[in-house]
Parts: sequence; C-alpha cells; structure tokens
Amino acid sequence: MSPSSLYKQGAIVGAYEYPSRSMPDKTAVQVQAECLVKALDEAGLSLKDMDGLCSTRIPGMQPISFAEYLGVYPTYMEATQIGGSSFVLYLIRAMEAIAAGRARVVGIAYGSLPTTEGRRIGTGTRIGGAGGEVPVEYSFEEPWGLPLIGTYALCAQRHMHQYGTKPEQLAEVGVTMRRHAGLNPYAKYRDPIGVDDVLNSRLICDPLHLLDCCIISDGGGAVVVAHPDIARNAKTKPVWLLGSGEAAMHSSSGHRDFTVSAAAQSGPIAFKESGVSHQDVDFAMIYDAFSINVIMTLEDLGFCKKGEGGAFVEDGRIGLGGQLPVNPDGGGLSSCHPGMRGMFLLVEATRQLRGDFAGTDRQVPNAKVAAVHGIGGFYGTRHSGVTVILTSE
Amino acid sequence: MTEDKKPYVKPLPVPNMESEPFWSALKEHRLQVQQCKSCSKHYFYPRSHCPFCYSGDVEWVGCSGKGKVHTFSVIRQNMAPGFREEAPYVVAMVELDEGGVQMMTNIVECEPGDVSIGMPVQVTFEDVTDEVTLPKFKPA
Repeated sequence: MSPSSLYKQGAIVGAYEYPSRSMPDKTAVQVQAECLVKALDEAGLSLKDMDGLCSTRIPGMQPISFAEYLGVYPTYMEATQIGGSSFVLYLIRAMEAIAAGRARVVGIAYGSLPTTEGRRIGTGTRIGGAGGEVPVEYSFEEPWGLPLIGTYALCAQRHMHQYGTKPEQLAEVGVTMRRHAGLNPYAKYRDPIGVDDVLNSRLICDPLHLLDCCIISDGGGAVVVAHPDIARNAKTKPVWLLGSGEAAMHSSSGHRDFTVSAAAQSGPIAFKESGVSHQDVDFAMIYDAFSINVIMTLEDLGFCKKGEGGAFVEDGRIGLGGQLPVNPDGGGLSSCHPGMRGMFLLVEATRQLRGDFAGTDRQVPNAKVAAVHGIGGFYGTRHSGVTVILTSE
Repeated sequence: MTEDKKPYVKPLPVPNMESEPFWSALKEHRLQVQQCKSCSKHYFYPRSHCPFCYSGDVEWVGCSGKGKVHTFSVIRQNMAPGFREEAPYVVAMVELDEGGVQMMTNIVECEPGDVSIGMPVQVTFEDVTDEVTLPKFKPA
C-alpha cells in the first residue's frame, strides 16, 4: 500500500452532528458554532487552539463573518463554494494546509435551518445568490423551468433508458436508507418503508418520486482536523486520509453523457492515490440527494460496472450487513438534509471508523476503510464531485 | 404571442455579446448554433472559442430544427412563478441533427405522457415577449 502523500500528515480528531432536526429556538450560525465547539471539545481542544477555519453559505462574508461571530482570528481560511461537497473539499484543503505547515488545527463547520426558515430546496428557481448576477449558462436553462430535482431526473431518465434501470431499483435506495435511519435515534424519518411506498409516493419530476428525494431538515455539524502531534494527544482515535480526488462535471458543450457523474473522475484519482482496492472498503458514505445519485456513484467509483448500479443496490447489498453498507446513519433520504450534506458524510465516516457505535446494529463491524463521495450542485447541468478515502489505521 | 395580455413572469434569457446572434436569429424564427471551422464540432451554449480544440475560428450555422429527445423529465412541481401554474410540463435535452449537439428546451404540443427518449422532434418558435423568442420543440 502506497497511500497519498497526505497520509498521516493530519488527522480528523473531532466530529459532531447536531442531534436535532428542528431548531426553531436557534440561529444557523449559532448551531454551526455549537457544533464546532463540541467537535473541538471531544478531542480535548478549544477555539483558542484552532488556527484554521472553513465554512460557507451562512449569510455574510465567509469564513470571516463566522470568525467574527466566534471571536477568533484564523491564519488559514477556506470558503470555496462548490455546493454540498464543499465540506469534503475542505477536508482535503485542511490536510494540505497542515502538511504545508500553514495550520495546526482546522475547524470545518456547517449549520442550516431550512425547516425553521420555511425554505424550499429543489423545487424553486435556481437563479439567486449575491448581487443578482445571472451566470452566462443560465440563459440557456432558466427559461425552460427545470428545478434542481429535474436536473437529477434528466440523469435518472437517461440511465433507465440506456441500461434498463428500474423504478424498483431506484426505490430500493430509499428503502435501505430508511432502514438505516431506524437505527439512528436522531434521524428525521425512522418508520420503515417498502418499495411500494416509494413507487406510490407522488412523482415530483419523472421518474423521481417524493421518496426518491432527500428530506428537508434543519441540521448542523463540524469536524476538526489536526497535526499528527496534536492527534497523538487528542482524546479521540485519529482518522487519516488515504486518498482524495476532485472533479467538475458540466454540459460538455452540448455533448454530455447523462449517465456519468463527476465521480467517474474524482473516484479513480482517489482510489489510485489511496493504494486500496474496492474490496478493502468496509463501507461508503455517498451523498444521496436523490436515489439515482447512489446508483450512478457506485458505478462511477468503480464498485460495479457502468449500468449495473441498479442491480447492485438490490438484495440488501448496500444495507448494514450487506457487501457494501452505504450511509449507515440513514443518509439525506431519511436522516438529515439541511441543503449541503457533505458535512454529515465526514461525521458519520469518522464515527464509524472510530467504532463509536460499537455494540449497536448501526456499527459497521471492524470498519477500517471508508469511501466518501460528496456531490454539489445540479446533477444534469453542472456539479462537483469530491472523493476521499479515509482510514482508522 | 399569446392572445391574453398577462405579463410574462418566467425567467428570460440575458443575451451578451457572445450569445446575441443566437437570440436575434430566434426573433426571425431561425435556429442557429456554432460550429468550429478547425475541428468541425458543433457546440452549445454560444461562446467565442471552440471548447473542444480552443480554436477561435468558429461560425454560426443554420439548423434544420430537427432532432430527437436525448433525455427529459415531466416537471410536476416547480414553485417558481409561471411554472407553478403550468405543471405538469416537459423539460428535455434535445439532440439536434447538426452534430448531435444538445440543448435544453420544452417539448410542447403533446401530452407530457407521450414524450419518450429518441422521439423525433421539430423546433417551434414561441414569441414570449416583444423582444424574446424561445425555441421549443414539438413531435415531428
């Protein structure tokens, strides 16, 4: 095994997910700050030990506005906005910064309250953001009325046409995530569902049903990355980075393959760098914005051949106890989705690798290697993909 | 133009120097895309260089308006003004006969349930405002 040059140059020493999915008595930045303090605290660290800060999306000039709220003065900052995968990207950046001697303790935090604020995710217009500027490409998309969910539906429809992927196979993803959520006391939706429940739920954007879509919840989380000298003395078991890869996928100038995602680029880079094979991976954390993402990501990361993702998710293969458990926390489809789920992929991967759930059905037995893939943006138009391979060894 | 005088509330394109010929041709009910004279590839959306070989030697070419549905979705929920009232409607990627280049559009003049991948379609021009014409597609 010849892992990344970043292997053992830094470690995740703290990981925290806010337990509630509805926080009407809090502000988003307050949730984000509380999560960061908790993640530092479990490692035996505090805000005064932290010299690097990464955050995004919270209104303001990030991460400076967040530093102001906390009362800290970071010497390393990162706020690149590539959608829900941003936090997975920050993990790579934090490891790089620590390896380069630019930081010792980097905090990565997120808080968002769409339930409390009544914000719609996925079914509104996609134009927005600061300054009211309209990106060039939007003139060729916005007039047609394609909501975020529709961008994922374009991929699902083509995948079904090209490879015979069935609605029942898409549904299987949501069913498995719900089964996992039943083991997570903090998950938003915990009652078991079956394939028929998914197929009988209303269509939002064909072929995606309501239960093919991630939930909307309040949420917050944080991870703390530290220099190995600090990790050695931390109260927690360190989690290391074996490999990482990044990718941008877009319209390919009018020649897009809608059955392929950014993971087809980021995955092979991360796996090659990690030196591990797919058989070495004990579980995967895959951003399940919609059921189709899990199927296409499993193919693109190389866990099965292109077109075979539908069959792969059947027969309990991606469930706890199966060949490759995916999202043991219940994922964005049932546990927690405040808009950008990348943060929770890191928290659950870290906690599984540390064995935090030992003695419960949620724990992946002897979890030593995790494949984590974050997605950001709009699947069928433009999106990011960030893959990291993590290990407890 | 629709007969009633209700204001058009859906998002409108914002032409810039690179895309203006695309939108002005549509006003004359002509569909044109760009093709690279160096590598012969058609590409979309419009820009000043070829995104395949990076040549600046590119030209506008008229389209037959014929193509087929590459992928699509029946949109049943969109809370944005204009679309909310219209749902269900179809958003599709249409693959033009010219080089197979894809563009996003609506499939109109048929039931959403009748749209399928591979279906032959033909452009139809919708003058949505005095300044803007949108290319939509109908079954061929």
